[in-house]
Amino acid sequence: MSTNVVLVVAIVVLVACGTTLVLERSLTRILVGFVMLGNGVNLVFLVASGEAGSAPIIGSSDEPMTDPLPQAMVLTAIVITLGVTAFGLALAYRAWQLTGHDDVQDDVEDDLVTRRADLDHPSASFDDVTAGMPDEEGEDEPEPTPQVGGRHTDEGTHPREEAR
Amino acid sequence: MITIVTLHFVAAALAPVLVRVLARRAFVVLALVPLGSFLWLLAPAQAAFDGEVRTQQVSWIPSIDVQIDLALTPLNALMALVVTGVGALVLFYCTWYFRESDRELWRFSAVLTAFAGSMLGLVVSDNLYVLYIFWELTTVLSFLLIGHNPERRANRRAAINALLVTTFGGLAMLIGLFVLGHEAGTSRLTDIVANPPSGTATTVAVMLVLVGALSKSALVPFHFWLPGAMAAPTPVSAYLHAAAMVKAGVFLVAMLAPAFSDIPGWRPLLIVTGLVTMILGGLRALRQHDIKLLLAYGTVSQLGFLVAVVGAGTRAAALAGLGLVLAHALFKSTLFLVVGVIDRSTGTRDLRELTGLFRSLPVLFGAAVLAAASMAGIPPLLGFTAKEAALAAFLDLGQDADLGAWGPLALVGLVVGSTLTVAYTARFLWGAFGVRDVTPPQVTAPRVGLLAAPVVLAALSLVGGLTGAALTSRLMAYAGQLPSGAHEPSLTLWHGLTPALGLSVLAVGTGLLLWLARRRVSAAQGKVVERLHIPEAELVYHGLIRAIDRLSIEVTGRTQRGSLPVYLGIILLVLVVVPGTTLVSTWDGVGLRGPDNLLQVAIVVVVVVAAVLTVRSRRRLRAVLLLGVTGYGTALLFVAHGAPDLALTQVLVETFSLVTFVLVMRRLPPFFSDRPFTSARRIRVAVGCLTGLAVGGYALLAANARTASPVGLDFAGPARDYGGGNNIVNITLVDIRVWDTFGEIAVLVVAATGVASLIFLLTDRATSHRESRRNRAAEDTSAWLSGAGLIADRRRSVVFEIVTRVVFPVLMLFSIYLMFAGHNLPGGGFAGGLIAGLALMVRYLAGGRAELDTAAPVDAGVVLGSGLVIAALSGVIPALLGHNAFQSGIFDIPAGPFGSVHLVTSLFFDIGVYLVVVGLSLDVLRSLGGGIDKQGEDNGDVEPAPTQVTVS
Repeated sequence: MSTNVVLVVAIVVLVACGTTLVLERSLTRILVGFVMLGNGVNLVFLVASGEAGSAPIIGSSDEPMTDPLPQAMVLTAIVITLGVTAFGLALAYRAWQLTGHDDVQDDVEDDLVTRRADLDHPSASFDDVTAGMPDEEGEDEPEPTPQVGGRHTDEGTHPREEAR
Repeated sequence: MITIVTLHFVAAALAPVLVRVLARRAFVVLALVPLGSFLWLLAPAQAAFDGEVRTQQVSWIPSIDVQIDLALTPLNALMALVVTGVGALVLFYCTWYFRESDRELWRFSAVLTAFAGSMLGLVVSDNLYVLYIFWELTTVLSFLLIGHNPERRANRRAAINALLVTTFGGLAMLIGLFVLGHEAGTSRLTDIVANPPSGTATTVAVMLVLVGALSKSALVPFHFWLPGAMAAPTPVSAYLHAAAMVKAGVFLVAMLAPAFSDIPGWRPLLIVTGLVTMILGGLRALRQHDIKLLLAYGTVSQLGFLVAVVGAGTRAAALAGLGLVLAHALFKSTLFLVVGVIDRSTGTRDLRELTGLFRSLPVLFGAAVLAAASMAGIPPLLGFTAKEAALAAFLDLGQDADLGAWGPLALVGLVVGSTLTVAYTARFLWGAFGVRDVTPPQVTAPRVGLLAAPVVLAALSLVGGLTGAALTSRLMAYAGQLPSGAHEPSLTLWHGLTPALGLSVLAVGTGLLLWLARRRVSAAQGKVVERLHIPEAELVYHGLIRAIDRLSIEVTGRTQRGSLPVYLGIILLVLVVVPGTTLVSTWDGVGLRGPDNLLQVAIVVVVVVAAVLTVRSRRRLRAVLLLGVTGYGTALLFVAHGAPDLALTQVLVETFSLVTFVLVMRRLPPFFSDRPFTSARRIRVAVGCLTGLAVGGYALLAANARTASPVGLDFAGPARDYGGGNNIVNITLVDIRVWDTFGEIAVLVVAATGVASLIFLLTDRATSHRESRRNRAAEDTSAWLSGAGLIADRRRSVVFEIVTRVVFPVLMLFSIYLMFAGHNLPGGGFAGGLIAGLALMVRYLAGGRAELDTAAPVDAGVVLGSGLVIAALSGVIPALLGHNAFQSGIFDIPAGPFGSVHLVTSLFFDIGVYLVVVGLSLDVLRSLGGGIDKQGEDNGDVEPAPTQVTVS
């Protein structure tokens, strides 16, 4: 089976241009690229579904029909693209309102993590693993006093006495 | 059986209410559940001991053949009795243990009762997966109970340690259970034990299961979580961390031992870790000052003992092991409850501060002596008879299990462990009740209720010791599964002058000597610890956790740079490289043909040029217009291919989104932000080109790879017969693949809501059209478009308004026609909805936002919601009528002189789709059109409307 080379050229160019735009920083460009990429991919469905033919409407023609299933899928994709475009435009507008431009910035939290990794700062949850003794009652003293070797009762009983 | 398990969970759900009504007395009520279960279990348990195993099967997930299998084998019966019996007593004890003022009781009571239910479920389950679920339930509930008081950092740490360690083991176990179930071809435990599979896979699976068992039962190297778990209230320690949960590992070993004790690695693993744990726990217990912690290390030691004996896999050891399980449950929970009473009466658990309690708490002392004697293995208690049997079993271990010289070595370990047990028992008893030269603590006499549970449990230790024969016959029901060994085991007080008795005497004697010389012993221990620097398991574990933490932050820092283009680029490169390699290797055989006609070539040339220019354009508006060109070009290609529905929708969507883009662009700066032609941009272009080529290649390959005829071509028949229409694409959308479409319109609703909330920053979208209601007071009825008065006169166009006035009703009618016609001709809900959306758009463009509100005086949310509801109802109603969801009904309704109306019920779904698309359009126009207008006017960027409309 052979494939229509012209459609493939259209796919290559649409996807390439769309991808290039999606990789940009400006949200408007990303959206333009997204829509273009979508058009290219929709054409992929068309090419993969076989040769051109008559519309998949029963009784419209005696020619062989095109495959209706990919068409239904692409139809869904087209409408979803509309929804996503509208949402993206609202985001772009909002970004412009807040920051004066619609560029997608690097994530601030990720940057913090990177900086902590560079400084070798893991989380503090497992610092001073020996501090304090477990007990069913009482609570940590706000200013932990220096521990005397192993005498857990220093911490274990006093708050409890207070609790009574 | 499922009833009593369920009853526990029901009770747990009701517990908070009970606590609110009855306060602490709620525990008495809750204790009735395990108590009743215990009494109910007595008869089936006896039947199990007589050899009649009761099973129960409840269908759970029939589609993947998963059932809730429960069984009451002798082992299960024993464990179930322990779990419910001790559970009832502990809940009863809680009534007096907690303070009136404790505000967390509602949670605690529920969690503890739920735990009792999970534990019961665990020990009666007969299915690998049911077992696993209850297993992990106990882990999670134990986490909650250890963290009962989260105010202390040490408690939180202890709870997390327990959770992480036991869940790690649980996951290893889960893999093991899957493999085991696969190898055995069944997930029923009784079947697996009866016909055990063999082979390397089975060996690995069993080892993984044992990792789970060892972590749950706190054996070396997982032992450190159990002493930390003493952060839990003492009743919890008595129940979970002595009698029930930590026994789960022992239970699992005991269950598998008859089938798998001969596989390579079983005995070395269990006996060695068991005995090492026993000795290590004993040594650590000798150094504790907190009597609860002393008991915790004692428990670690005893669990090692139990696993070593139960895992030995001989008949004698099995009998002894089960006896020990029972004995340990009785004496250890007694001792924990005793500690709880001491804690409540004196306010301390430090054995250096306690003195003279044997005088002030005589009843408690009696119970403690009985339980301690059982722990140390002193006649006539159950601990003695069981330990005697264990010693006898290990004397014959070399012969029974074919271990050769390793048998006596294991025996030595056992005797050393028992000696240490005697020593720390003496330390406990003397420490808690003895007399020493300190100020005696203030003792408040405990309530009778608080003493009841430990006294009952201690008495049972005694009864168990005296009724050895009755126990033997019952426990043999389990132990009899194993081949008989050199001697027929029994639990009895007097075997005669056997070597086992000699070893018992040796252990007790040496243990007491160790205790008498305790100062020197502890000094020596201290020196050894100082000299050797053995890393403490908990510190090693924390080091490990810190290392993982560190690794994760390094990996995150290196890979998560936070730049979307970089992430996308990586994803796209993977898309190019990984399938691309396959693409190149399977390239030959791809056939190409030329264009179908010259028109196609022309369209593609236009599309290509427009696409390239879009990338190069620096003006926003130009980029958007060029995008439109590619979109319409694509629509033409759809037409040429024979897809009229696609082409129609594509044209409508393209028009709508073009206008939407422009509506937003008018506020954004006209040019994109500056971007120098740097290497970064070259990389972008390169990635884009590579992706384009790769996708094109995949398209070619996919089109050529077809070997079967497309499934879609078979849709024609069903579309006509069941869908009742001729347009197969539309019927695919509203009938054949209706679930997809339903999901899609739900996404549209979400997107529309998102757009509105981003612009109005309000959840109440109704504001926008309420504004118009106020303005309608000043309505100008003589104008072509009544709402257009809000636009400054200079920006109004009379011609546009007239055209709009004329065209709007036509467009609306056409949209409704398209929706109805879609079943047989191109069209349908999407196309119809989009036409209606465009009609509204024209109204908005001609007359501004007030005009839009006049055209559609409803809230967009209402339109979206009713569309979704109608679509959903069209699915639900057939289901309610006994058909499949979304099944179409075809009716030919006679309509007198007009013939008959052909009605297909999927039309209602299409109406829902239509409404959702109209709602989306309305939301987009109100937000990105009217909303942005208003914000512009408020900022003074756009000329506002005249305040008084004076058109004559």
